[in-house]
Amino acid sequence: MTTVESIESVLERHPFFKDIEPRLVHQMAEHASLSSFETGQMIFRQGEAANQFYIISKGQVALEVFAPQQGAIPLMTLSDGDVLGWSWLFEPYIWHLDARAMVETQTITLDGAGLRAECDHNHELGYHLMKHSVEIVVQRLQAALMQVIDVYGLKKQ
Amino acid sequence: MTATVAHSPTRNLPNPMLPNPYRVQRVRKETQDTFTLELEPANGQSDFHFAAGQFNMLYIFGVGEVPISISGDPGKPRKLVHTTRAVGVVTSAMQQLKRDDMVGVRGPFGNDWPVVEAQGKDVVIVAGGLGLAPVRPALYHVLNHREKYDNVVLLYGTRTPNDILYRREVEKWRARLDVDVHVTVDRAIHPWRGNVGVVTRLIPKSPFDHLNAVAMICGPEVMIRFTVLELERRGVLPDNIFISMERNMKCATGFCGHCQWGPNFVCKDGPVFRYSEIKPFFGQRGL
Repeated sequence: MTTVESIESVLERHPFFKDIEPRLVHQMAEHASLSSFETGQMIFRQGEAANQFYIISKGQVALEVFAPQQGAIPLMTLSDGDVLGWSWLFEPYIWHLDARAMVETQTITLDGAGLRAECDHNHELGYHLMKHSVEIVVQRLQAALMQVIDVYGLKKQ
Repeated sequence: MTATVAHSPTRNLPNPMLPNPYRVQRVRKETQDTFTLELEPANGQSDFHFAAGQFNMLYIFGVGEVPISISGDPGKPRKLVHTTRAVGVVTSAMQQLKRDDMVGVRGPFGNDWPVVEAQGKDVVIVAGGLGLAPVRPALYHVLNHREKYDNVVLLYGTRTPNDILYRREVEKWRARLDVDVHVTVDRAIHPWRGNVGVVTRLIPKSPFDHLNAVAMICGPEVMIRFTVLELERRGVLPDNIFISMERNMKCATGFCGHCQWGPNFVCKDGPVFRYSEIKPFFGQRGL
Protein backbone atom coordinates (compact mmCIF):
# COMPACT_ATOMS: atom_id res chain seq x y z
CA MET A 1 0.00 0.00 0.00
CA THR A 2 1.38 3.43 -0.91
CA THR A 3 1.44 6.31 1.54
CA VAL A 4 -1.32 8.12 -0.36
CA GLU A 5 -3.54 5.03 -0.16
CA SER A 6 -2.93 4.59 3.56
CA ILE A 7 -3.57 8.28 4.19
CA GLU A 8 -6.71 8.08 2.09
CA SER A 9 -8.04 5.17 4.13
CA VAL A 10 -7.39 7.09 7.36
CA LEU A 11 -9.12 10.19 5.97
CA GLU A 12 -12.15 8.21 4.84
CA ARG A 13 -12.69 6.98 8.39
CA HIS A 14 -12.16 10.37 10.01
CA PRO A 15 -15.28 12.31 11.15
CA PHE A 16 -14.03 15.45 9.41
CA PHE A 17 -14.44 13.71 6.06
CA LYS A 18 -17.78 12.07 6.77
CA ASP A 19 -20.32 12.41 3.97
CA ILE A 20 -17.60 13.43 1.52
CA GLU A 21 -17.51 11.32 -1.61
CA PRO A 22 -14.49 9.01 -1.91
CA ARG A 23 -13.32 10.72 -5.10
CA LEU A 24 -13.07 14.03 -3.22
CA VAL A 25 -11.30 12.37 -0.30
CA HIS A 26 -8.91 10.91 -2.85
CA GLN A 27 -8.25 14.39 -4.19
CA MET A 28 -7.52 15.64 -0.69
CA ALA A 29 -5.28 12.69 0.07
CA GLU A 30 -3.10 13.76 -2.83
CA HIS A 31 -2.43 16.94 -0.87
CA ALA A 32 -1.59 15.06 2.33
CA SER A 33 1.59 13.77 3.89
CA LEU A 34 2.67 12.31 7.21
CA SER A 35 4.53 14.45 9.73
CA SER A 36 5.89 13.98 13.20
CA PHE A 37 6.84 16.48 15.88
CA GLU A 38 9.08 16.08 18.89
CA THR A 39 7.93 16.98 22.37
CA GLY A 40 8.01 20.75 22.71
CA GLN A 41 8.41 21.37 19.00
CA MET A 42 6.43 24.26 17.54
CA ILE A 43 4.08 23.14 14.77
CA PHE A 44 3.28 26.69 13.81
CA ARG A 45 3.63 30.12 15.30
CA GLN A 46 1.34 33.12 15.49
CA GLY A 47 1.90 35.44 12.52
CA GLU A 48 3.30 32.78 10.20
CA ALA A 49 1.62 31.97 6.93
CA ALA A 50 -1.14 29.39 7.41
CA ASN A 51 -0.75 27.05 4.49
CA GLN A 52 -1.46 23.69 6.11
CA PHE A 53 -3.84 22.00 8.45
CA TYR A 54 -3.30 18.89 10.47
CA ILE A 55 -5.17 15.82 11.58
CA ILE A 56 -3.57 14.55 14.76
CA SER A 57 -3.06 10.81 14.44
CA LYS A 58 -1.40 10.42 17.81
CA GLY A 59 -0.18 12.85 20.41
CA GLN A 60 -1.20 16.06 22.08
CA VAL A 61 -0.92 19.64 20.87
CA ALA A 62 -1.41 22.82 22.86
CA LEU A 63 -2.82 25.92 21.22
CA GLU A 64 -1.13 28.82 22.94
CA VAL A 65 -1.07 32.57 22.88
CA PHE A 66 2.15 34.33 23.78
CA ALA A 67 1.88 37.17 26.27
CA PRO A 68 4.82 39.39 27.14
CA GLN A 69 6.15 38.73 30.66
CA GLN A 70 3.84 35.72 30.95
CA GLY A 71 5.13 33.51 28.20
CA ALA A 72 2.99 30.94 26.46
CA ILE A 73 -0.56 30.65 27.78
CA PRO A 74 -2.26 27.40 26.75
CA LEU A 75 -5.83 27.98 25.60
CA MET A 76 -6.80 24.52 24.51
CA THR A 77 -5.26 21.12 23.97
CA LEU A 78 -5.99 18.84 21.04
CA SER A 79 -5.29 15.16 20.80
CA ASP A 80 -5.82 12.01 18.74
CA GLY A 81 -8.30 12.54 15.94
CA ASP A 82 -8.60 16.30 16.36
CA VAL A 83 -8.23 18.69 13.47
CA LEU A 84 -5.60 21.37 14.04
CA GLY A 85 -5.87 24.69 12.25
CA TRP A 86 -8.44 26.51 10.20
CA SER A 87 -6.62 29.77 9.43
CA TRP A 88 -5.44 28.22 6.17
CA LEU A 89 -9.01 28.53 4.87
CA PHE A 90 -9.75 32.14 5.75
CA GLU A 91 -8.00 35.33 4.78
CA PRO A 92 -5.43 36.60 5.62
CA TYR A 93 -4.17 32.98 5.89
CA ILE A 94 -2.10 33.76 8.96
CA TRP A 95 -1.91 31.69 12.17
CA HIS A 96 -3.45 33.54 15.10
CA LEU A 97 -2.06 31.21 17.77
CA ASP A 98 0.96 29.06 18.42
CA ALA A 99 0.70 25.28 18.27
CA ARG A 100 3.15 23.22 20.29
CA ALA A 101 3.50 19.45 20.48
CA MET A 102 3.11 18.54 24.16
CA VAL A 103 4.30 15.00 23.53
CA GLU A 104 5.70 13.25 20.48
CA THR A 105 2.97 13.82 17.93
CA GLN A 106 2.16 12.33 14.55
CA THR A 107 -0.11 14.09 12.10
CA ILE A 108 -1.51 13.85 8.64
CA THR A 109 -0.58 17.23 7.22
CA LEU A 110 -2.73 18.64 4.44
CA ASP A 111 -1.48 21.24 2.04
CA GLY A 112 -4.02 23.96 2.66
CA ALA A 113 -2.62 26.35 0.06
CA GLY A 114 -2.87 23.64 -2.59
CA LEU A 115 -6.39 22.71 -1.52
CA ARG A 116 -7.42 26.37 -1.55
CA ALA A 117 -6.28 26.69 -5.12
CA GLU A 118 -8.11 23.52 -6.05
CA CYS A 119 -11.28 24.70 -4.30
CA ASP A 120 -11.31 27.81 -6.51
CA HIS A 121 -11.98 25.50 -9.43
CA ASN A 122 -13.77 22.66 -7.70
CA HIS A 123 -16.58 24.26 -5.76
CA GLU A 124 -17.98 20.95 -4.57
CA LEU A 125 -14.70 20.21 -2.84
CA GLY A 126 -14.65 23.77 -1.53
CA TYR A 127 -18.18 23.45 -0.17
CA HIS A 128 -17.38 20.28 1.76
CA LEU A 129 -14.12 21.62 3.13
CA MET A 130 -15.76 24.87 4.17
CA LYS A 131 -18.76 23.09 5.72
CA HIS A 132 -16.66 20.73 7.79
CA SER A 133 -14.18 23.40 8.78
CA VAL A 134 -16.97 25.64 9.99
CA GLU A 135 -18.30 22.78 12.12
CA ILE A 136 -14.93 22.61 13.82
CA VAL A 137 -14.87 26.39 14.24
CA VAL A 138 -18.32 26.32 15.83
CA GLN A 139 -17.35 23.55 18.26
CA ARG A 140 -14.21 25.40 19.28
CA LEU A 141 -16.13 28.66 19.60
CA GLN A 142 -18.70 27.03 21.89
CA ALA A 143 -15.93 25.52 23.98
CA ALA A 144 -14.14 28.87 24.14
CA LEU A 145 -17.35 30.61 25.22
CA MET A 146 -17.76 28.17 28.06
CA GLN A 147 -14.21 28.88 29.14
CA VAL A 148 -14.87 32.61 28.99
CA ILE A 149 -18.03 32.51 31.12
CA ASP A 150 -16.15 30.64 33.84
CA VAL A 151 -18.87 28.11 34.61
CA TYR A 152 -17.11 26.86 37.72
CA GLY A 153 -16.93 30.34 39.21
CA LEU A 154 -18.35 31.44 42.51
CA LYS A 155 -22.09 31.44 43.05
CA LYS A 156 -24.34 33.12 45.54
CA GLN A 157 -25.32 30.90 48.40
CA MET B 1 -42.70 7.30 30.96
CA THR B 2 -39.73 5.50 32.42
CA ALA B 3 -39.34 4.70 36.07
CA THR B 4 -38.18 7.58 38.17
CA VAL B 5 -34.92 7.59 40.02
CA ALA B 6 -35.16 5.44 43.12
CA HIS B 7 -35.71 7.02 46.49
CA SER B 8 -33.60 5.73 49.29
CA PRO B 9 -35.39 3.99 52.15
CA THR B 10 -33.39 6.17 54.51
CA ARG B 11 -35.89 8.93 53.81
CA ASN B 12 -38.14 7.42 56.45
CA LEU B 13 -36.60 9.45 59.21
CA PRO B 14 -38.17 9.56 62.69
CA ASN B 15 -38.43 13.35 62.63
CA PRO B 16 -36.89 14.87 59.51
CA MET B 17 -37.03 18.38 60.97
CA LEU B 18 -34.99 17.51 64.06
CA PRO B 19 -31.23 17.95 63.75
CA ASN B 20 -29.04 15.30 65.30
CA PRO B 21 -25.86 16.42 67.04
CA TYR B 22 -22.63 15.57 65.27
CA ARG B 23 -19.09 16.29 66.31
CA VAL B 24 -16.49 17.68 63.93
CA GLN B 25 -13.73 15.14 63.51
CA ARG B 26 -11.72 17.04 60.98
CA VAL B 27 -11.82 20.10 58.71
CA ARG B 28 -9.62 19.70 55.68
CA LYS B 29 -8.84 22.44 53.19
CA GLU B 30 -9.29 21.12 49.67
CA THR B 31 -8.62 24.16 47.50
CA GLN B 32 -8.42 27.91 48.00
CA ASP B 33 -12.14 28.18 48.78
CA THR B 34 -13.36 24.64 49.36
CA PHE B 35 -13.10 22.43 52.41
CA THR B 36 -14.23 19.07 53.67
CA LEU B 37 -15.94 18.40 56.98
CA GLU B 38 -15.70 14.98 58.55
CA LEU B 39 -18.34 14.39 61.19
CA GLU B 40 -19.18 11.64 63.63
CA PRO B 41 -22.33 11.16 65.72
CA ALA B 42 -22.02 12.95 69.04
CA ASN B 43 -23.69 10.03 70.80
CA GLY B 44 -20.93 7.81 69.43
CA GLN B 45 -23.39 5.13 68.44
CA SER B 46 -25.31 4.91 65.26
CA ASP B 47 -23.88 4.57 61.80
CA PHE B 48 -25.28 6.96 59.27
CA HIS B 49 -26.55 5.07 56.24
CA PHE B 50 -27.01 7.00 53.05
CA ALA B 51 -27.16 6.36 49.33
CA ALA B 52 -24.79 7.95 46.81
CA GLY B 53 -26.27 11.25 45.72
CA GLN B 54 -28.20 12.17 48.85
CA PHE B 55 -27.68 15.33 50.84
CA ASN B 56 -27.90 16.54 54.44
CA MET B 57 -29.02 19.77 56.02
CA LEU B 58 -26.11 20.98 58.12
CA TYR B 59 -26.99 23.35 60.92
CA ILE B 60 -24.39 25.69 62.38
CA PHE B 61 -25.94 26.60 65.70
CA GLY B 62 -26.84 30.25 65.92
CA VAL B 63 -25.98 30.89 62.28
CA GLY B 64 -28.18 28.83 59.99
CA GLU B 65 -28.72 25.71 57.98
CA VAL B 66 -27.63 24.75 54.46
CA PRO B 67 -28.09 21.71 52.23
CA ILE B 68 -24.84 19.96 51.36
CA SER B 69 -24.35 16.77 49.40
CA ILE B 70 -22.75 13.87 51.14
CA SER B 71 -19.41 13.27 49.49
CA GLY B 72 -18.08 10.32 51.46
CA ASP B 73 -18.05 6.60 50.82
CA PRO B 74 -21.47 4.97 51.29
CA GLY B 75 -19.58 1.81 52.17
CA LYS B 76 -18.09 3.56 55.21
CA PRO B 77 -21.15 5.01 56.95
CA ARG B 78 -19.31 5.68 60.19
CA LYS B 79 -17.68 8.79 58.74
CA LEU B 80 -19.98 11.50 57.44
CA VAL B 81 -18.17 13.61 54.85
CA HIS B 82 -19.27 16.88 53.25
CA THR B 83 -17.31 19.09 50.91
CA THR B 84 -18.44 22.61 50.18
CA ARG B 85 -17.32 26.05 49.23
CA ALA B 86 -17.31 29.01 51.57
CA VAL B 87 -19.60 31.44 49.78
CA GLY B 88 -22.08 32.70 52.36
CA VAL B 89 -22.63 33.27 56.05
CA VAL B 90 -23.30 29.65 56.97
CA THR B 91 -20.61 28.00 54.88
CA SER B 92 -18.09 30.64 55.95
CA ALA B 93 -18.91 29.86 59.59
CA MET B 94 -18.61 26.19 58.74
CA GLN B 95 -15.13 26.77 57.41
CA GLN B 96 -14.12 28.14 60.82
CA LEU B 97 -15.20 24.98 62.66
CA LYS B 98 -12.59 23.14 64.67
CA ARG B 99 -12.26 19.57 65.86
CA ASP B 100 -14.93 18.67 68.47
CA ASP B 101 -17.21 21.56 67.51
CA MET B 102 -20.85 20.56 67.25
CA VAL B 103 -23.00 20.62 64.14
CA GLY B 104 -26.65 19.71 63.66
CA VAL B 105 -27.39 17.20 60.92
CA ARG B 106 -30.75 16.48 59.33
CA GLY B 107 -30.91 13.82 56.70
CA PRO B 108 -30.16 12.06 54.53
CA PHE B 109 -32.58 13.55 52.02
CA GLY B 110 -33.31 13.13 48.35
CA ASN B 111 -32.80 10.31 45.93
CA ASP B 112 -29.66 8.71 44.65
CA TRP B 113 -27.48 8.08 41.64
CA PRO B 114 -28.55 5.02 39.61
CA VAL B 115 -25.67 2.81 40.71
CA VAL B 116 -27.86 -0.31 40.62
CA GLU B 117 -29.39 0.47 37.25
CA ALA B 118 -25.87 1.01 35.88
CA GLN B 119 -24.71 -2.48 36.76
CA GLY B 120 -23.55 -4.37 33.70
CA LYS B 121 -23.11 -1.12 31.80
CA ASP B 122 -20.45 1.46 31.16
CA VAL B 123 -20.50 4.24 33.73
CA VAL B 124 -19.64 7.74 32.58
CA ILE B 125 -19.29 10.33 35.32
CA VAL B 126 -18.93 13.93 34.20
CA ALA B 127 -18.15 16.41 36.95
CA GLY B 128 -17.36 20.09 36.91
CA GLY B 129 -15.69 22.04 39.69
CA LEU B 130 -17.24 21.35 43.06
CA GLY B 131 -19.60 18.94 41.28
CA LEU B 132 -17.14 16.16 41.92
CA ALA B 133 -18.22 16.13 45.58
CA PRO B 134 -21.85 15.00 45.13
CA VAL B 135 -20.91 12.40 42.56
CA ARG B 136 -17.91 10.98 44.44
CA PRO B 137 -20.07 8.58 46.50
CA ALA B 138 -21.32 7.06 43.24
CA LEU B 139 -17.76 6.58 42.07
CA TYR B 140 -16.84 5.04 45.43
CA HIS B 141 -19.76 2.64 45.10
CA VAL B 142 -18.80 1.68 41.55
CA LEU B 143 -15.17 1.14 42.52
CA ASN B 144 -16.19 -0.85 45.60
CA HIS B 145 -18.19 -3.14 43.30
CA ARG B 146 -15.99 -2.79 40.24
CA GLU B 147 -16.78 -6.27 38.91
CA LYS B 148 -20.42 -5.32 38.41
CA TYR B 149 -19.68 -2.60 35.86
CA ASP B 150 -18.09 -2.45 32.43
CA ASN B 151 -15.98 0.57 31.51
CA VAL B 152 -15.81 3.28 34.14
CA VAL B 153 -14.98 6.77 32.95
CA LEU B 154 -14.53 9.91 35.01
CA LEU B 155 -14.35 13.20 33.12
CA TYR B 156 -13.55 16.09 35.39
CA GLY B 157 -13.22 19.77 34.54
CA THR B 158 -12.13 22.62 36.76
CA ARG B 159 -11.23 26.25 36.37
CA THR B 160 -7.50 25.85 37.03
CA PRO B 161 -5.20 23.04 38.21
CA ASN B 162 -5.34 24.59 41.69
CA ASP B 163 -9.10 24.00 41.78
CA ILE B 164 -8.91 20.23 41.36
CA LEU B 165 -10.87 18.73 44.21
CA TYR B 166 -9.55 15.66 46.07
CA ARG B 167 -6.36 15.97 44.06
CA ARG B 168 -4.52 13.02 45.61
CA GLU B 169 -7.53 10.80 45.23
CA VAL B 170 -8.01 11.83 41.60
CA GLU B 171 -4.37 10.95 40.99
CA LYS B 172 -4.91 7.56 42.62
CA TRP B 173 -7.96 6.89 40.47
CA ARG B 174 -6.01 7.90 37.39
CA ALA B 175 -3.28 5.44 38.27
CA ARG B 176 -5.76 2.54 38.33
CA LEU B 177 -5.92 0.31 35.30
CA ASP B 178 -9.66 -0.25 35.55
CA VAL B 179 -10.84 3.39 35.43
CA ASP B 180 -10.39 5.99 32.70
CA VAL B 181 -9.86 9.34 34.37
CA HIS B 182 -9.49 12.48 32.30
CA VAL B 183 -9.03 15.88 33.87
CA THR B 184 -9.16 19.17 32.02
CA VAL B 185 -8.83 22.76 33.14
CA ASP B 186 -10.17 25.97 31.66
CA ARG B 187 -6.99 27.86 32.40
CA ALA B 188 -3.63 26.19 32.64
CA ILE B 189 -1.09 27.35 35.17
CA HIS B 190 2.53 26.28 35.10
CA PRO B 191 3.49 23.42 35.40
CA TRP B 192 0.21 21.88 34.20
CA ARG B 193 0.84 19.53 31.29
CA GLY B 194 -2.62 18.02 30.97
CA ASN B 195 -5.73 18.84 28.99
CA VAL B 196 -6.86 22.44 28.58
CA GLY B 197 -10.45 23.13 27.56
CA VAL B 198 -13.97 22.52 28.76
CA VAL B 199 -14.97 19.13 30.06
CA THR B 200 -17.49 18.55 27.27
CA ARG B 201 -14.63 18.27 24.79
CA LEU B 202 -13.53 15.05 26.50
CA ILE B 203 -16.79 13.26 25.70
CA PRO B 204 -16.38 12.44 21.99
CA LYS B 205 -13.21 10.43 22.58
CA SER B 206 -14.09 8.77 25.86
CA PRO B 207 -14.03 4.98 25.91
CA PHE B 208 -17.66 4.02 26.44
CA ASP B 209 -20.37 2.34 24.42
CA HIS B 210 -23.09 4.92 23.90
CA LEU B 211 -25.71 2.20 23.62
CA ASN B 212 -24.75 0.61 26.91
CA ALA B 213 -23.74 3.53 29.08
CA VAL B 214 -25.23 5.33 32.04
CA ALA B 215 -24.04 8.91 32.42
CA MET B 216 -24.08 10.82 35.70
CA ILE B 217 -23.48 14.56 35.52
CA CYS B 218 -22.87 16.99 38.32
CA GLY B 219 -21.68 20.57 38.10
CA PRO B 220 -22.91 24.04 37.24
CA GLU B 221 -26.16 23.99 35.28
CA VAL B 222 -24.60 25.52 32.18
CA MET B 223 -22.00 22.77 32.18
CA ILE B 224 -24.72 20.16 32.59
CA ARG B 225 -26.62 21.58 29.63
CA PHE B 226 -23.65 21.38 27.29
CA THR B 227 -22.63 17.99 28.65
CA VAL B 228 -26.07 16.59 27.92
CA LEU B 229 -25.89 17.98 24.38
CA GLU B 230 -22.52 16.33 23.83
CA LEU B 231 -23.67 13.01 25.28
CA GLU B 232 -26.75 13.05 23.06
CA ARG B 233 -24.54 13.89 20.08
CA ARG B 234 -22.49 10.85 21.02
CA GLY B 235 -25.69 8.78 20.99
CA VAL B 236 -26.44 8.32 24.69
CA LEU B 237 -30.20 8.15 25.21
CA PRO B 238 -31.90 10.69 27.52
CA ASP B 239 -33.16 7.75 29.60
CA ASN B 240 -29.57 6.90 30.45
CA ILE B 241 -28.47 10.38 31.42
CA PHE B 242 -28.80 11.47 35.06
CA ILE B 243 -28.15 14.92 36.42
CA SER B 244 -27.93 16.35 39.92
CA MET B 245 -29.76 19.65 40.30
CA GLU B 246 -29.29 22.44 42.78
CA ARG B 247 -32.00 24.76 43.97
CA ASN B 248 -32.70 26.77 47.09
CA MET B 249 -33.48 23.90 49.47
CA LYS B 250 -34.72 24.94 52.89
CA CYS B 251 -36.91 22.32 54.57
CA ALA B 252 -35.58 19.35 52.57
CA THR B 253 -38.91 17.58 52.90
CA GLY B 254 -40.98 19.15 50.15
CA PHE B 255 -43.12 21.35 52.44
CA CYS B 256 -41.75 24.85 52.03
CA GLY B 257 -41.67 24.97 48.23
CA HIS B 258 -38.45 26.97 47.98
CA CYS B 259 -36.85 24.43 45.71
CA GLN B 260 -39.78 23.91 43.36
CA TRP B 261 -38.56 23.25 39.85
CA GLY B 262 -41.37 22.77 37.36
CA PRO B 263 -43.57 20.00 38.76
CA ASN B 264 -40.80 18.81 41.13
CA PHE B 265 -39.33 19.72 44.45
CA VAL B 266 -35.61 19.24 44.08
CA CYS B 267 -35.21 18.26 47.74
CA LYS B 268 -37.82 15.53 47.58
CA ASP B 269 -37.98 14.45 43.92
CA GLY B 270 -34.29 15.05 43.29
CA PRO B 271 -31.59 16.10 43.51
CA VAL B 272 -30.84 13.36 40.97
CA PHE B 273 -33.11 13.41 37.94
CA ARG B 274 -33.32 11.21 34.90
CA TYR B 275 -32.82 13.59 32.02
CA SER B 276 -35.67 12.19 29.91
CA GLU B 277 -38.09 13.11 32.70
CA ILE B 278 -37.03 16.71 33.11
CA LYS B 279 -36.03 17.41 29.52
CA PRO B 280 -39.19 19.46 28.73
CA PHE B 281 -38.35 22.09 31.30
CA PHE B 282 -34.60 21.70 31.78
CA GLY B 283 -32.94 24.99 30.91
CA GLN B 284 -36.25 26.85 30.79
CA ARG B 285 -35.98 30.45 31.88
CA GLY B 286 -37.88 31.33 35.02
CA LEU B 287 -37.75 27.85 36.51
